[in-house]
Amino acid sequence: MTTTAPAPDTAAAGPAPAPGSSPWQLARRELRRRPAVRVSLGIVALFVLMAVTAPWLGALGGWSPHEFDKSAVDPYLGGQPIGALGGISPEHWLGVEPVTGRDLFARVVHGAQVSLLIAFAATAIVVVAGTAAGIAAGYFGGRTDTVLSRLMDLTMSFPSLIFMIALLSVAKDVNRLVLMTVVIGVFGWPGIARVVRGQTLSLKHREYVDAARVGGAGPWRILTREILPGVAGPVIAYTTLLIPGMISTEAALSYLGVGVRPPTPSWGQMIAESVAHYETDPMYFVIPSAFLFLAVLAFTLLGDALRDILDPRGGRS
Amino acid sequence: MIVYLARRLLALAGVLLAIAAVTFLIFYVLPADPAAAACGKTCSAERLADVRVHLGLDQPLWRQFADFLTGIFTGRTLGTGQYAVTCDFPCLGYSYESSLPVWDLLMDRLPVSASLALGAAVLWLILGLGAGVTAALRKDTATDKALMVGAVAAASLPVYFTSVMLIHGVIRIAGLLPYPTYQAFTDNPLGWASNLLLPWTALALLYAAMYARQSRGSMIEAMAEPYIRTARAKGMPERTVVVKHGLRSGMTPILTIFGIDLGGLLAGAVITESIFGLPGIGRLFYGALVNSDQPVVLGVTLLAAFFIVVANLVVDLLYAVIDPRVRY
Amino acid sequence: MAAPLLEVRDLRVTFTTPRGTVRAVDSVGFTVESGRTLGIVGESGSGKSVTSLAVMGLHRGAVEVGGSVALAGQELTGLTERELGKVRGRRMAMIFQDPLSSLHPYYTVGEQIAEHFRVHFRSGRAAARRRAVDMLGEVGIPEPARRAGEYPHQFSGGMRQRAMIAMALACEPELLIADEPTTALDVTVQAQILELIARLQQERGLGVVMITHDLGVVARVAHEVLVMYGGRAVEQAPVDALFADPAHPYTRGLLDSLPRLDTADDEPLPFIPGSPPSLLLPAPGCAFAPRCPRAAERCTGERPEPAAYGDGTGRTVACHFAGVRAVEEAAR
Repeated sequence: MTTTAPAPDTAAAGPAPAPGSSPWQLARRELRRRPAVRVSLGIVALFVLMAVTAPWLGALGGWSPHEFDKSAVDPYLGGQPIGALGGISPEHWLGVEPVTGRDLFARVVHGAQVSLLIAFAATAIVVVAGTAAGIAAGYFGGRTDTVLSRLMDLTMSFPSLIFMIALLSVAKDVNRLVLMTVVIGVFGWPGIARVVRGQTLSLKHREYVDAARVGGAGPWRILTREILPGVAGPVIAYTTLLIPGMISTEAALSYLGVGVRPPTPSWGQMIAESVAHYETDPMYFVIPSAFLFLAVLAFTLLGDALRDILDPRGGRS
Repeated sequence: MIVYLARRLLALAGVLLAIAAVTFLIFYVLPADPAAAACGKTCSAERLADVRVHLGLDQPLWRQFADFLTGIFTGRTLGTGQYAVTCDFPCLGYSYESSLPVWDLLMDRLPVSASLALGAAVLWLILGLGAGVTAALRKDTATDKALMVGAVAAASLPVYFTSVMLIHGVIRIAGLLPYPTYQAFTDNPLGWASNLLLPWTALALLYAAMYARQSRGSMIEAMAEPYIRTARAKGMPERTVVVKHGLRSGMTPILTIFGIDLGGLLAGAVITESIFGLPGIGRLFYGALVNSDQPVVLGVTLLAAFFIVVANLVVDLLYAVIDPRVRY
Repeated sequence: MAAPLLEVRDLRVTFTTPRGTVRAVDSVGFTVESGRTLGIVGESGSGKSVTSLAVMGLHRGAVEVGGSVALAGQELTGLTERELGKVRGRRMAMIFQDPLSSLHPYYTVGEQIAEHFRVHFRSGRAAARRRAVDMLGEVGIPEPARRAGEYPHQFSGGMRQRAMIAMALACEPELLIADEPTTALDVTVQAQILELIARLQQERGLGVVMITHDLGVVARVAHEVLVMYGGRAVEQAPVDALFADPAHPYTRGLLDSLPRLDTADDEPLPFIPGSPPSLLLPAPGCAFAPRCPRAAERCTGERPEPAAYGDGTGRTVACHFAGVRAVEEAAR
């Protein structure tokens, strides 16, 4: 396992290692070599850009995601979009929603914002909580380890999707975004905590950690300077692989109608609404599905590549 | 072994108790008023008070929980006097919506969900492990890359998308199968299978993709072990080396995730059952949510948790059978 | 004259890695006769294990093996996997450095030996099982019938290596390749394993290839020695001649860095400065030149080929100065 912490002899050697030999630089070079990585990195960057600039990007199309356009749908055909391919036109770049005539481009872009916001925030909760719990359990051992490990087992025994659905449907008057983030986050941390715990256990007794301890470093210093850099590689790889799962979960919950509430757009919710129309207006079904698919795919490919490089043994424990 | 089993069963009971407590707290305390939900929309204040007493909601919370637990193990009597209803073991209460015992509702739906889960599991194990092992043995070849690209793509497709496409393609356009209506295996095995074929496929595709990725990794790891080299040094045919020495250790890690996945699915695949209109536990659960039918929601959650912890226990016991180094 | 038991000529093993091709073994040749032991010595990365795996035909993946490997006159390179399977394990067998990870953790020791027997002989399960117990007894495992039913993790390190030897010899091979068989073991157990191999060799007339980095092991068991450096044979000689008079500067360095009983305690142990060469970017000249005390300009430009040393022992040395030194010493 490569770690970012230097071995004692190179640390004693004084000058920094030659440029291009640190694990991060190796990782970057390795990433650049793979075409799949470049493509997925591009798509990920595009989605992130889309999510961050959603208000402006959405406005570029000239429509707000909530604005009805009755002129784009045919009232005599049950509110079907006017024109081919679900009403794709210079006016509405990706067509419109049947019945309401809301602009699909604006809704999909704003949906990206909601999906990625929840996915990133939930991932952040999972990573911070999981890493902290994993390091604490691995480093302090004893009772701390017992309690945390039991808690991990317990959380993993929860039927998480059923529980999430139930929890979200019960809670009424709260911010849906925050609630979804927390609920998704709460069930995600044990996975990463186990990986980090295992990694910490193996790092704890490495020579350079012992050397730091003998050298009088306190536990806080050892944790932040020696252990944390050592678990960083697997954590980053694992984190990237968590994101597609989070995006899928958010979409599934919104699909089931317990996620983001209308009129706030979300991909899962758009797909759920479009199912009723898929025979008459297939584009309405295909467009949000394609965005969801691409986002999950791109993050998975990127995560795979990062795992291969940063954590060659797969972080299984 | 006996001691280990006893300890595990005790821990299992503890986990279920904790899950029951958390679930109970959330579903009986958070919502506005379970009595109102049970009583229905046209409910007088007087009737509401009666219902409250009948459901035991006038009791302190711990008392309610204790009664609920007692009900599971021994059955209990709900209400008093002329309204008294006995709820037999194992009592999970009565549905507010249909007034039927939750346990009966669950057992009524279980065959559907179990059929869906087990059939899909067979399908995804064959597809997923087949693809994963093939890719591992042909590592870095075009076959490997094609299989893995397919797997990552299939794993990225949401199950509701695949389901809708399958319904559209196979039922609507090709007209190969009727729209699924569940038939019991005991009534008509052929009808059972043909009606479940599409839901199985939709569910299996997603899991097969994940299993292909997992099993490729663990098979590559297994085939790199020194004992594989020893087996080859003995002059064993490569086929025997792979089947007897590689697969056995390569497939062991898959067992863990299979236990969790199957356990989770036995108590209902909410999305798949909803889309295909299968009357399983998942759809029961979804309907109960919409109607705020708390006892059913609680019942499904507990059943799901039960399946997961039991599956975990079974997996751990199987490990001892597979790996002689594991001793309890 | 009959063909030697094992004859390896011009063996080349090339790995293709993402960073380029690596010639791990280049132009290596040797012979082993029945009842004799060849010791192959070198540091890690010298190509000694790669050589032995190539003889067994055990390389997998992006590897190319060239040259000739002949077992009792039968050419093995170019055989199909199926044909090679009849020789491998049957007429030549191999034992490895780490017996714990080299035995399958899920099968009993007896099963693994019986399985080997059944690959090559049409025998029933019961007969194969009896064979396994007999073999375990022969390698000195007490209560073999009971131990055959145990798993590798229930054996001690030395017992595991004995079991590996029992397995390797179950089909009565003519050649045994032992790749660092004692490295993972305690010193006392090491001696027992070496004695066991020597005894079995005598009883069965086995040809043995002993791969090790430990000159002590070589001195103990080998009849001939092949010293490898950077994927090439640098010196090949009968064991007595080699220890008495190392001809290659690398061999000399190896011998000098052995602790001896007859030198003063406070004298620092000599060592070979520098580190083994990169096989990814091989130098055009002698691989040992950067670390060699005798290196001259010629050494970095022109690679020395193995040549007869001319001391009457059949020794070959790959060094520009090997002959010169012999002349110098004779003149002194």
